[in-house]
Amino acid sequence: MSVDLEKLAQEEYKYGFVTDVEQEIAPKGLNEDVIRMISSKKNEPEWLLEWRLDAYERWKKMKEPRWAFLRYPKIDFNDISYYAAPKSNPRPKSLDEIDPEIKETYDKLGIPLEEQKMLAGVAVDAVFDSVSVFTTFKEKLAEEGVIFCSISEAVEEHPDLVRKYLGSVVPRGDNFYAALNSAVFTDGSFVYVPKGVRCPMELSTYFRINAENTGQFERTLIIADEGSYVSYLEGCTAPQRDESQLHAAVVELVAHNDATIKYSTIQNWYPGDKQGKGGIYNFVTKRGRCVGRSSRISWTQVETGSAITWKYPSCVLEGDNSVGEFYSVALTNRRQQADTGTKMIHVGKNTSSTIISKGISAGEGQNIYRGLVEIGKNAEKARNYTQCDSMLIGDCCGAHTFPYIEVRNSTAHMEHEASTSKIGEDQMFYCRQRGLSAEDAVSLIVNGFCKEVFKELPFEFAVEAEKLLSVSLEGSVG
Amino acid sequence: MLEVKNLHVQVDDKEILKGMNITVAPGEVHSIMGPNGSGKSTLAQVLAGKETYEVTEGEVTFQGKDLLDLEPEERACEGIFLAFQYPVEIPGVANTYLLREALNAKREYRDEKPLKHIEFAKLAREKMKALGIDEDLLKRSVNAGFSGGEKKRNEIFQMQILEPTLAVLDETDSGLDIDALKIVANGVNSMKDSGRSFIVITHYQRLLNYIVPDFVHVMVDGKIVRSGGKELAYELEEKGYAGF
Repeated sequence: MSVDLEKLAQEEYKYGFVTDVEQEIAPKGLNEDVIRMISSKKNEPEWLLEWRLDAYERWKKMKEPRWAFLRYPKIDFNDISYYAAPKSNPRPKSLDEIDPEIKETYDKLGIPLEEQKMLAGVAVDAVFDSVSVFTTFKEKLAEEGVIFCSISEAVEEHPDLVRKYLGSVVPRGDNFYAALNSAVFTDGSFVYVPKGVRCPMELSTYFRINAENTGQFERTLIIADEGSYVSYLEGCTAPQRDESQLHAAVVELVAHNDATIKYSTIQNWYPGDKQGKGGIYNFVTKRGRCVGRSSRISWTQVETGSAITWKYPSCVLEGDNSVGEFYSVALTNRRQQADTGTKMIHVGKNTSSTIISKGISAGEGQNIYRGLVEIGKNAEKARNYTQCDSMLIGDCCGAHTFPYIEVRNSTAHMEHEASTSKIGEDQMFYCRQRGLSAEDAVSLIVNGFCKEVFKELPFEFAVEAEKLLSVSLEGSVG
Repeated sequence: MLEVKNLHVQVDDKEILKGMNITVAPGEVHSIMGPNGSGKSTLAQVLAGKETYEVTEGEVTFQGKDLLDLEPEERACEGIFLAFQYPVEIPGVANTYLLREALNAKREYRDEKPLKHIEFAKLAREKMKALGIDEDLLKRSVNAGFSGGEKKRNEIFQMQILEPTLAVLDETDSGLDIDALKIVANGVNSMKDSGRSFIVITHYQRLLNYIVPDFVHVMVDGKIVRSGGKELAYELEEKGYAGF
């Protein structure tokens, strides 16, 4: 295909700009003082500081996991700054108090913070490096009793809820990156939906890394009380830099009886350049507990960014009849590597889970699906359906699948389907014969391949996701 | 309109077309017949721009342009349509979506405004009715799970929407029952006009009862060995290709 490869491969990452804003940045390095500093910046209670320090102690004894199918240079955890915040008003009451530079940043990213300009029915928490800079529609949500704010604010305003649930899904010593996050997490979103309330709008958090040589360690906690429903979406971008940056987040979800949490991610961190220079290292622990009967947690992710992705959004199905779902599209182009998948842990009776994973590898990208389905001994009549499809574009990329299945109850019903296909020359030719350019043909075919996942996204974002995928695929035809 | 001169084509160092010549004037229907492996489908694919075929010699001009110099999508936009012998399946892509994109790509090429959803839906519905195609076919993924007959009818439906200047039908009749064959033939006949030409590739004279050609060419071993009127098709039906 004689598409102008050079030109396309140099297509710029659209969100690679840097915002010039005065920042307060902690000196590089990790030690108790830094943790105390973060905690005091946020006026945290003593118990939380202790919690952080305990996590730090555990982290120091842990080894960086190396089991993933990823290759990257050793991360020097003392060469990272663990806190960066714009110097302007730390908790603005209204939009006028926000630094105009920051406001403009979100405008440029297509996330205007003015409520009247927003997509109707979407509330946004905007996180800029280590702090949440603004949350929209707070009052409107409060009318329904829904709490939506930054986690720092929640620590101050709703300490009992935070203390009860923080670490209840991902304990502070859970794994290397979760422990690191527990020690130094800076901000993130907090959501509580009370009993019987159907959250009236989509909630979303937009994560932006701006400062240089800093890591972003956000922590999100979502609690859906009995019979409630919430749909939450996160989006992420970062400037284009030659140095890699670390992002190690923790997300915890708790669904009580008959509650539903739908969590969608559109991840577009800077992926690094063609030679694999720069890009975000994305090491994330996401887990949801279906503690109540007939509760439901659904993860949908569209991963197109980051140099390295290490991420396994999981469901622990404790309540009887609870449901876990994982729908994923992961695309690796250039030299991107993604080791991603899910864990479905069936504990309760009649629990069911669905996994649909679509991996697309282009350029020199490596795409790994890694999934665990575990049926506990008391999980009578548990059911799982797994479908794992990989698509290869070009002949320098790779797709790998590591499914783990552990069944301890003979009444379980498991299905696993997997396929690997190369984007068909014949499909391409067919589309082009009808008049589509090679680029449009690839985008059309890949979007078709991902359709089962896209249909799980909230409508406005499904359109975004399709566009994003097309942009991320640019330069992949050759 | 189309002029193929001394065309030599090879795949993996094996020569398939060995000096092919054919001239098609506007409004004409040409039929190419010949035994398996004679190079009929290769010609169709080369005209559409399939890159696995290497043109080693000869030239192809289409409406005064050097066709071999154009990308497949440019050829499509210039007015060449190929009804595939084996239409490919594209899971997850709605038939209507591909077709609207294709039509709009073509319109953009000609500096025309893209058709809006509603306008396109109206156009599609009209054409479908005439072809006896179920509307449900529009929403289904391109050719996925279509029966053989549905696939072929879908090709003709696409041709009707895209309104090519030169349509190449590659064994569109194979695998069709008599009713489907009639529908396909009607679809072609209804499009005949003085500015549009057809190349109909087939094994069987049967199709030519419904789509009446102006010229019949017999292709053997990568070359046209004999040309004539429609009566040549009857002769072939009777005697087979053994005499060539």
